[in-house]
Amino acid sequence: MLDVSNLKVSYGAVQALHGVSLRVEKGQIVTLIGSNGAGKTTTLRAISGLLKCSADRVAFEGRELRGMPPHEIVRLGVAQAPEGRGIFANLSVNENLEMGAFIRNDVDRVRQDKKEVFELFPRLKERLAQNAGTLSGGEQQMLAIARALLTRPRLLLLDEPSLGLAPQIVQTIFKVIREINQAGTTILLVEQNAHMALKVAHRAYVLEVGRVAMEGDAKELAKSDQVRKAYLGGH
Amino acid sequence: MGDLLQTLITVISVGSLYALIALGYTMVYGILKFINFAHSDVVVIGAWTSFTTAAVLLPRLGVTPTEAPWWAAAGVLMLAMVVCGLVGFCVERFAYRPLRGAPRLNVLITAIGVSLFFQNFGQLKYEVLKPDGPGKPAMSLPFGAQPQGMPRLVGSRALNDATVSRGTLAGVDGAVVRLSEGVSLEERRQYSIRVTPAGAPRAIEAMVVAPAGRYEPGQDLRVGFMPAGAAPGSAYALVRSARVPIQLVDVAIVATAGLLMVLLQLLVYRTKFGMAMRAVSFNTTTASLMGVAVNRVISLTFVLGTSLAAAAGFLYSLKYVTLQQTAHQGWVLLGLKAFVAAVVGGIGNIQGAVLGGFLIAFVEQFGARYISSDLRDVYVFGVLILVLLLRPTGILGSTVREKV
Repeated sequence: MLDVSNLKVSYGAVQALHGVSLRVEKGQIVTLIGSNGAGKTTTLRAISGLLKCSADRVAFEGRELRGMPPHEIVRLGVAQAPEGRGIFANLSVNENLEMGAFIRNDVDRVRQDKKEVFELFPRLKERLAQNAGTLSGGEQQMLAIARALLTRPRLLLLDEPSLGLAPQIVQTIFKVIREINQAGTTILLVEQNAHMALKVAHRAYVLEVGRVAMEGDAKELAKSDQVRKAYLGGH
Repeated sequence: MGDLLQTLITVISVGSLYALIALGYTMVYGILKFINFAHSDVVVIGAWTSFTTAAVLLPRLGVTPTEAPWWAAAGVLMLAMVVCGLVGFCVERFAYRPLRGAPRLNVLITAIGVSLFFQNFGQLKYEVLKPDGPGKPAMSLPFGAQPQGMPRLVGSRALNDATVSRGTLAGVDGAVVRLSEGVSLEERRQYSIRVTPAGAPRAIEAMVVAPAGRYEPGQDLRVGFMPAGAAPGSAYALVRSARVPIQLVDVAIVATAGLLMVLLQLLVYRTKFGMAMRAVSFNTTTASLMGVAVNRVISLTFVLGTSLAAAAGFLYSLKYVTLQQTAHQGWVLLGLKAFVAAVVGGIGNIQGAVLGGFLIAFVEQFGARYISSDLRDVYVFGVLILVLLLRPTGILGSTVREKV
């Protein structure tokens, strides 16, 4: 579904990605783990069109995404819940969700999709009229994911959804990620919380300073000594 | 009491002009986080475009500007808004967009450059239409360095004066009206006579200079001058001026500005485009991830802001009919005060700009009336300093933070 080959990104003179290649198959959860500064967020931002990049290929369902602006990429069915959640704090919760449906004109379907989103995140329904800036961190993350879902993506890019959240809320978020995937949305998940990420994912890539260091089945990788030592706090 | 009301009327009228201009500053700041210093020059272009349309084009279309029906004035306003909207679009597209992502100082300096360009370019004079008979002046594009008189598209009359006598002109001899109804003229009140010449759409007014006292039917009343075309048989109305006149032009200003501000409010808070605008102003990157074409939103924001500025320029020229050349300090001060209004209200905040506009006008007009009119600019900038000291974000401004 998503086929990235030899992706390179530089910030000025500093090269952040040195040729990352990854594939996401339809229906899967693929996770991208690695420590701070490994280039995980950069990879997602490049796929979404937020960063200039060079690559042999960044193809979604066979269509080349390179050179496309972000607002067109989302119309192809690639949504991103960005790092730091990117909530519009000056808009109400409902307006944030409406922004998710910005590209759509099917009002009735949007209403239906909102209902489904509220089943995933009942808390959001209670806070619809509230200013989104007043939500707690966990609620903001839920809103960010809900908003991305309302674009009706076939591929959902999640950037550090567990960042800064209490363990209990992290559990909820990961439960929902699995549910979203089971409902048919393919997910590319960037996480520092390798433990949780490897648990829900089918496949995993380990990024180290802008390169793919390891890749493979998520369960297999979780067992490997190297990953356990570096990312799971194991011995 | 009369003074107080009179000053209040001016506050509302001038305040709505400041508010209209402040909205443009605040909208651009809200989205791009920089002060478009060329904004006040768009007000000037709006005023001069209105002049060109009203004084040069209307007569050539067979409409006498001073007798123009309301829709002709509306047409002048629309054209000014379209022209300035285009100017705003081009300024953003060719001056500011290439600097997207550059340090803010660079954009600021560019804005000052654009401002200077308009101020000086506007003084060039190329006649594109020669003077064509009396009352049909030459059209110059740009506008030239000479001040011009804006035709009074909105009659200079008060809405709340009282008609004390009516009749038809039985005989006109010089500047004298023969009354067909008796009337008493009071001491220390002003009276005028309004004559509607046959075929004219609008009454022409002349001051009554007759002394106070009782006048019987058939008696003669002296007026300042007799309006041209006032023939025996023309209808007249004898009018006692209001103590606190509400000028038609002020009503036109407040109504037009009010309508535009309500429309803008609806656009920003009730439409999908407005929602996208607010989203972009908070977080451009995320907005683009939601499918918002950010550049298009920015373009449209400029077009909106500059067309409001054009409306302000048009309305300003109706009230203060002497149009100064484009680099005149009066224009600079007008723009600066509107900018102060935007800052005082809370820059980036739409309601704040409106509130700031009226507040600045209040301080300026009341200070000028009751303390000293020489210091009118001092009051305005004094308020700015006070607000910056006590509440740097402005009255309605707030720093919204994202939770991490």
